[in-house]
Parts: sequence; C-alpha cells; structure tokens
Amino acid sequence: MIQVKEVSKYFAKKPVVDNVSVNIQSGKITSFIGPNGAGKSTLLSMVSRLLDADTGEVLLDKSDVKRWKSNDFSKRVSILKQSNFMNVRLTIRELISFGRFPYSKGRLNEEDEKMVDQAIEYMNLGDLQDSYMDELSGGQRQRAFIAMVIAQDTEYILLDEPLNNLDMKHSVQIMKILRKLVEDLGKTVIIVLHDINFASVYSDYIVALKDGRVVKDGPTHEIINSDALKEIYDMDIPIQEMNSCRICVYFNS
Amino acid sequence: MKKRYLIIALVALSLLSLFVGVSSISPMDLLDFKSEETEIFLISRLPRLIAIILAGAGMSIAGLIMQSLSRNKFVSPTTAGTLDATRLGILISMLVFTNATYMQKISFAFIFALAGTLLFMQILNRIKFKDAIFVPLVGLMFGNILSSIATFFAYKSDIIQNMSVWLQGDFSLILKGRYELLYISVPVLILAYIFANRFTVAGMGEDFAKNLGLSYNKVLNLGLVLVALISVTVVLTVGMIPFLGLIIPNIVSIFKGDHLEKTLPHTALLGVIFLLICDIIGRVIIFPYEIPISMTVGVIGSAIFLFMLFRGKAYA
Repeated sequence: MIQVKEVSKYFAKKPVVDNVSVNIQSGKITSFIGPNGAGKSTLLSMVSRLLDADTGEVLLDKSDVKRWKSNDFSKRVSILKQSNFMNVRLTIRELISFGRFPYSKGRLNEEDEKMVDQAIEYMNLGDLQDSYMDELSGGQRQRAFIAMVIAQDTEYILLDEPLNNLDMKHSVQIMKILRKLVEDLGKTVIIVLHDINFASVYSDYIVALKDGRVVKDGPTHEIINSDALKEIYDMDIPIQEMNSCRICVYFNS
Repeated sequence: MKKRYLIIALVALSLLSLFVGVSSISPMDLLDFKSEETEIFLISRLPRLIAIILAGAGMSIAGLIMQSLSRNKFVSPTTAGTLDATRLGILISMLVFTNATYMQKISFAFIFALAGTLLFMQILNRIKFKDAIFVPLVGLMFGNILSSIATFFAYKSDIIQNMSVWLQGDFSLILKGRYELLYISVPVLILAYIFANRFTVAGMGEDFAKNLGLSYNKVLNLGLVLVALISVTVVLTVGMIPFLGLIIPNIVSIFKGDHLEKTLPHTALLGVIFLLICDIIGRVIIFPYEIPISMTVGVIGSAIFLFMLFRGKAYA
C-alpha cells in the first residue's frame, strides 16, 4: 500500500507540492489531474523516489520510500517518465529485457527470459521485437516501454503523461492496456493525465491537484461533475453522459 | 559486422604489423633465438603490437563508456577535455616535483584526468541546450582552455618542446620497458565488461536508471574512473590518439546498437584493427621514415568523423 503523508516539495523556496496527503487504493487506476504547474508530475516523482520529498513522507508498506533499498524498491514500484526520447539504440527485446535488471542485473536466466517473452506477447510486440527503438512510431515505442515495465513485474506501475504525443487511436490503446493490467494482473496504476476525459473514462480514483495542493480526491464519479471541475480548473464544464461514460465538454466553455 | 571476421582481420593485421619495418624480419629469423632479428622483434616489434592492441582497445572502450554515460554520441576523451586535463596533470607534476617518479606522474595525471572529466560532466548537467553537436563543442572549448593553461606554464618554464611530444601519439618510441603501464588497461577493460549492463542502463538516463534500482551516481563515477585510467596510461606511454574513442563506438553502434555488453567486444576489436591499419600506413607511406600515429589517425579519423556528421543527425 502506498500512502502519501503531508508531503511538500520546494523549488527555489516556492512550494510546488504543498502538504499533500493521499492514500493510493490498491488494484485500481488512480489518475492525478489538474492544470499545468499543479505539481502532478512532481508528486509522482516523489512517490517513485526519483525525487526526495522536502518534508513529509511517502510510505510503501508502512515504511518510508527513502529507507527502501533501491533494488528492492524497483521490484515493487516502476515508473515511466514522460520523456519518450531515447538516444540509446536498443532493440525492443533488449529494452524489455532491461525490465529484468532489478532481478538479474542484465544476465538473464531462464525465468527472466520467460517473463520477457510474456511481456512481449502481452503487448503484442512479437513481430517488432528485433526492431530498433528509433525505427518505431511513438505508439509502438510507448508500448515497448510499458512492456518493459510489465517485465519488471512490479505491483505498482506509475506513468507520467503516457499519452503525450500519441494520437487518439494509440491513446485509447494504451489506456485499455492499463485497464487490462489492473483487471487481469491485479496491478495498481497511478497515472498523470492531461486529458480529463481519459481520466474520467478509465480511472477508478482521481486526485485533483491545483497549485501544489489536493483540491479534490475520491472515486471518479465524485470528481467528474461540474462543481468539482469548476473548483479545479476555474472553468464551467458541462458533463454529458454517453454510454455510461461521463464526458466533459470543455471545448467551448 | 561479425566478431569472427573482426578477429581474423585482427590476427592478419597483427602479423603484418610484426613484420613491417626498417629492418626486415622474416618469421624464419625467429627460429634462431639469438639472432639480431629476434632481438629487434622482442624489444621493439612485439611491444609495439601489444601497445597498439592495448591502446586501441582502451581508447575505444573509454569513448564508448563516455558516450553512454554522457548520453551523447560525440563525447569522447578527445572532445570532453579528458586528454587535455591529463596533459595538464603531467605538466604540473613535472613542474611541481621536478624529480617526479613515474608513479607520481601517473597519480597526478590521473587526478587531473578524473577531475577534468568530472568537471565536464558537471558542465553538461548545467547546460540546458543538450544538442548533439553543441555538447562536444563545449567539451572542445573546455579542453582548449585546459590546453592553453598547459601551454602557458610550459612556455614560462621553457618546456614547450617536451610537451609537444606528449601531444603527438607515436608508437615508434615504444620499446620493451616503456609501455608496460598500458597493461593497466587489461583489468580496466575487464571491469568495463562486467559493468557493461550497468553502463547501458545509466545511459538511458538518471530517472530510467533509478527506476531499475541502479545506483546511478556510483556507476557514473566508476565509469569516469575507468575512462581516466585508460586516458592516463595511453597519454603517458603513447601520447594522444585523437578521434579513436569518437568514431569507433559510433561505427559499431550503427551496426550493433548500444547494448554495451554486446557491443563492447566489437568496439575493442574494431578499435585495435583501425589503429593497426593507421600504424601500418604511417610506417610504410614515407618508408624508411615514419609518420606519428596521431597524424594518420587524425587524418583518417577526422574524415570519418565528418562523414558521420553529414550522414545524419537523426541517429546521433
């Protein structure tokens, strides 16, 4: 279980994340939403111990993430940052194999190879596995990164704006995969999203941030309503229900 | 680029290198252990070959590690000030301790090489504009600053002549008893191979490395220590060999990618082959005289480097 307790982070004395407390529900998708500069990515980085919190603590199984051994932690929590840029020429299979690094330090044993095969199959990358990453489209690359995280086999999967630079088709594909990971494999997914409608349709819980503070947090249906959204985004956003999905029509508000 | 072919080329070129030179030695001469030919062979030719192999493999791997850790294809000991820092270190050790022993020189040069490379990595961290071409330009400028400091002190103490000797890589001075320092590269290369996977992971960025549970800073520092060790041993024994650490890893990367554990042997082999070819050309082109290796490598290497630059930034 991941608990965020009164966590703050300052950049040049300005609080970017300001006294945030959140409990992450296991086996669900939790989305962090909010306007630009709300501190979503910073919060996610602190949960994944890429950044250290200045005050407060993030607990994984009741023990501070800073006190976890780096290698043990990487078997429990994985994070994909938004920078999809890689100047390292690896084939898809090589990249995914590095997902096993916390277990085997790169010298893969039979079980590792099996996990890599499974991840490749799960993400439907069999035909592409020997292609180099820089020969792929953005959507394929994102799938390869997610396959790597699957091979890493962590209970928690954290993603920072995974839909950046992806078209509609690939965005939907990625979100469906994340949904499947939660439902089939029992993973816990925490995701920073820009697109409020993807958050609405695919997540179980939403944490809304603004100016470094949590404005709203709860099950999706409690957040996706005009009153709450007004508070988060300072916009009047009508909600339309379609096929039991709540869609925020913010384009002309 | 099959490893098998590289090994065949390496063996062929090594044999050629052993039997090319002012005094003609044929393999038959070696059967007579006491002949003059055998002596030349053991004192000059064989050490020269070993030095080329160790320096070629070492400098290419140093470049490979630097490119991986700096995440830039155009960073190498030549373009990051490492070699200039090494030279400054040797100079200062000579000025400060006039009777510096070999070990003192080595330690001093090593500290400077390491400090110089660390400083460059710090500069790299600070600059926001991480363009593939801009970063090595900054490195070259940094190297030139170090180099002009060295020139200033050398000029003041009238040892410019001495210094220009270390500037030029030259295998003709390699004799038995003057190259053994290069053997330090052997354990360094073994370490590089053991840590190859960690270097690859570190090369994917700090966040990426941390996600996989790698202690990023430790690996980074280890890599820089290895690079500094190789640079110091090569500069002290052979002199500066430009471009080698730059072009060889890039050529291998085009064919074999950037998975260090897989590309390390190829990079080392190709580095040696390239250096052997340059050395043999330098030895025969104005026979019976010799062109220093830094010149042949510089001319051929810079041509290849320019070709790579024009070939496409997309990949770099």
